[in-house]
Amino acid sequence: MANKNNEALKQPIWVNNPVVVQILGICSALAVTAQLKPAIVMGLSVTVIVAMSNVIISLLRNTIPNRIRIIVQLVVVAALVTIVSEILKAFAYDVSVQLSVYIGLIITNCILMGRLEAFAMQNGPAASFMDGIGNGLGYAAILVVVAFVRELLGSGKLLGFQVIPQWCYDHGYMNNGLMIMPPMALILVGCIIWFHRSKNKDLQEK
Amino acid sequence: MEHFFSLLVRSIFVDNMIFAFFLGMCSFLAVSKNVKTALGLGVAVIFVQLITLPVNYLLQTKVLDPLGLGFLSFILFIAVIAGIVQLVEMIVEKFSPSLYASLGIFLPLIAVNCAIMGGSLFMQQRIVMDATNSQAITCFGDSIAFALGSGIGWALAIVCLAAIREKLEYADVPKPLKGIGITFITVGLMAMAFMCFSGLSI
Repeated sequence: MANKNNEALKQPIWVNNPVVVQILGICSALAVTAQLKPAIVMGLSVTVIVAMSNVIISLLRNTIPNRIRIIVQLVVVAALVTIVSEILKAFAYDVSVQLSVYIGLIITNCILMGRLEAFAMQNGPAASFMDGIGNGLGYAAILVVVAFVRELLGSGKLLGFQVIPQWCYDHGYMNNGLMIMPPMALILVGCIIWFHRSKNKDLQEK
Repeated sequence: MEHFFSLLVRSIFVDNMIFAFFLGMCSFLAVSKNVKTALGLGVAVIFVQLITLPVNYLLQTKVLDPLGLGFLSFILFIAVIAGIVQLVEMIVEKFSPSLYASLGIFLPLIAVNCAIMGGSLFMQQRIVMDATNSQAITCFGDSIAFALGSGIGWALAIVCLAAIREKLEYADVPKPLKGIGITFITVGLMAMAFMCFSGLSI
């Protein structure tokens, strides 16, 4: 049992990553990664929400009638997202403004529905919790990598601190303005998939 | 009337759901393998968007705002969307079985399409905007314009991508990049092309 829980935690972080392998939750992964800070907050929020909703649905899994399960899942997720959103508004207002609608959009984040349908409906609460944490962290990892590259090359900063020294700019270095624009997020994720699939050959399409 | 059209055109090209906000990416990437199904899903999204967004607009302005229940909006919006998708599914099944068969599983999937939920959340933000702002939604008509525009923008994007992917089948792509990888990069290039519209002032 302990072994299975371990697997549920570790699998999604690299081998079965929700973003680059299962292609779930792309919307927010691309939109919030112009800077590192909102990306980290978003990653943590999603991790908490996936883990909590996985546990709740897993506990309820035998009592939910099959026909209305999607609505039940959506209501549980929406309630959790409302809580997280209110907490962020109270304690990290500037980040919640930056994230704007994307916090609300965690409700329709495919990772949540995907994990609830594929895992929590069949497994016990402990394994579901581990699965939720694993998938959340896998998602957060991609977000952090993309945001790291975009913020570093796009504005020369990390977490808001200037990293690229002034003398570089004096000698003609320039920030790549395209990095903060939406298209580069897509291309960066494309490159991560490229790297990931060249390491995991069995995922390649024929 | 002028504001109606400017909002419509803006939400199709400048504030395109896919290329500017990445909303509805999951089904956008999964269902864009051929033009015909992409078109079917696109039409279904326009349809659902056109019903849910004005309904949510009325809920927000007539019920939630006067009662000060703004924090309930997430739950209420998603319930409206899920309910309406279910309703649309039943109506289509009853009156046009052929359309129902061709849309297949896409109809229920629309309930969790971020473009629909995102449209409602953006609408919520735009209500409080200054009325002179070209993105502001000030009346019921505006919410219809925004719904129509964002739906058409989404449909346009998925049909374009499906057309490109049909041609891409014949290209010699590096192995690890094949399939989803090259699709991401294609969408990135398309988004760059759509950035040209951002200079558009209407």
